[in-house]
Amino acid sequence: MTRDPRTPEALSWDTFIQGLWRENPVFVMLLGLCPVLAVTNTAMNALSMGLATTFVLLCSGVLVSVLRNLIPRQVRIASYIIIIATFVTIVDYAIQAVSLDLYKALGAFIQLIVVNCIILGRAEAYASKNPVVSAFVNALGMGLGFTFALLCLGAVREVLGSGSLFGLSLFGPDFQPWAVFVLPPGGFFVLAFWLFLFAVVRKRLKVTESSMEERTNAA
Amino acid sequence: MQPDSLSFIFLNAFIINNFVLAMFLGLCPFLGVSGKIKTAWNMGLAVIFVMLVSSTCAYAINFLLIRYHLEFLRLICYIAVIASAVQLVEMAIKKWSPALFRTLGIFLPLITTNCAILGVALFQTQRDYDFFQCLAFSLGAGAGFTLALMLMAGLREKLELADVPDVSMGAALSLVIAGLLSLTFMGFAGLGG
Repeated sequence: MTRDPRTPEALSWDTFIQGLWRENPVFVMLLGLCPVLAVTNTAMNALSMGLATTFVLLCSGVLVSVLRNLIPRQVRIASYIIIIATFVTIVDYAIQAVSLDLYKALGAFIQLIVVNCIILGRAEAYASKNPVVSAFVNALGMGLGFTFALLCLGAVREVLGSGSLFGLSLFGPDFQPWAVFVLPPGGFFVLAFWLFLFAVVRKRLKVTESSMEERTNAA
Repeated sequence: MQPDSLSFIFLNAFIINNFVLAMFLGLCPFLGVSGKIKTAWNMGLAVIFVMLVSSTCAYAINFLLIRYHLEFLRLICYIAVIASAVQLVEMAIKKWSPALFRTLGIFLPLITTNCAILGVALFQTQRDYDFFQCLAFSLGAGAGFTLALMLMAGLREKLELADVPDVSMGAALSLVIAGLLSLTFMGFAGLGG
């Protein structure tokens, strides 16, 4: 963020993959957690929320990048928010038209996409400093990374909490659902579990890397 | 208690359906600014103030929008009001307390993107609250947010002295604590009747 705003980053594979893994908005940067916990009680809700957010991310990223030299610095946040709110209104009406059940399940959280920190964060930290194509690729990576994280949580919570996945029953009628996982505390616990898991994996990777280095140094 | 009495609306937003722990609104500052009790307290006050201002404005705007049949502009108007209110608070804090301004850092402009504040505006519209109910609701929600933030900050200050495994340090541990707090707050559900 301290970089000169006029020097764009070169477009590379990394621009895309950054959002998916290394800087995953949910698991690494811990941004946009409200929808991550609130609408992941079933895998279907999680997937729709992820796709809706990705759409808004892409559109607003492109528009902010196009207008990046026209928006005065003092009012940039307000301008970004207005751009984002426009696209969220579109998504809101679109979902209402396509599936009323889904609209009721997601509730106010569709409109609350407006205040998802990931979207404003990307607009401020990336789209406002980079050309359209990089902004698009970066937003796509971030959106997919977000959707992936939502699915990770939604799948675990639905399997444990109601014994099904995408509405299909997995364990038969005798399964006693673990109701706490569909309730609010379950969301916190499942996300904590994923974070533990990723912390362990990352630590393992680091250990392997450093032992490899030692071996090459010894040789 | 009557379900639409002011005291019930306040209590409901404050503890029964706590904005942070039961409705998952405003989690970013909840995890980000809950390191120290003092910072948490200041952040809570800033949020309560912005909530009151934006809720009052949202009530007025909604009144106008319905009058002229412009409901589709609701979201954009609400967010514009909130953004301006936050900018106001930001300028005030920068002027009066530069130290606090630095501690809150990026989380101050991000109050704009605090879902709790937009959530208050959206829910009060959804539930057709009148003016005083709106005030009670936004006060309750702000107080609930501050309560959750303070509880979390207190626990995390203690945790700094605790001996926990390396991998569980940081966010994962905070989330487990948040989960336990959330379980506790589910106990208040009985009050709602």
